[in-house]
Amino acid sequence: MTITLNHFSAALVFSFFASIVFGITHRDNARDMVRYGVYCFAMFLGGVFVAGWAMWILKR
Amino acid sequence: MANSTTEKSKAVPAQNISAMTVLAPAVGWLIPGAGHMIQKRWIRGSLLFVSIVALFLLGLAMQGRIYKANGGDILDILGFIGDVGAGGLYLLSLAMDWGQGAIAFATADYGTKFMIVAGLLNFIAIADAYHIAIGKKQ
Repeated sequence: MTITLNHFSAALVFSFFASIVFGITHRDNARDMVRYGVYCFAMFLGGVFVAGWAMWILKR
Repeated sequence: MANSTTEKSKAVPAQNISAMTVLAPAVGWLIPGAGHMIQKRWIRGSLLFVSIVALFLLGLAMQGRIYKANGGDILDILGFIGDVGAGGLYLLSLAMDWGQGAIAFATADYGTKFMIVAGLLNFIAIADAYHIAIGKKQ
């Protein structure tokens, strides 16, 4: 079975699962784990957008 | 006398050394999240299992490449170290001859990275299981 993901989908999936692991392993209680996981997810996705626009600017 | 409170504040709390401090990381390496589950952290262990296994399997499905032990360039060695972190998933992939890679697919490189990251995330999970075992974390 072959799965083909576009760049953004791959980044989204990666960010989702990595954020779950980061949230669990970097905080002590459930509430903080969820908050940190969401924060990591936002940072991952924000980084994707920033990097994308930076590459666009550089290409111009 | 003058230094007694200073000495007390500098004292390191005793760590709980038990068989679990070896067992949890070992089991956690073999099966992602199992190191947490055997310490009765069921939800955390389950989420870690789902996340790490999903990343690894997606990597395989994207035709990513599995690195084998090699003496090649540094990136190949680092790729091997990352893949080894996935433990049982890595061993299963080797046994089933999965992860041959596919240069023809553009996203196969993403698949390779997914599997490496799955292994690295499992290393983090193993460290977390160890910290729970020694009482450093609840």
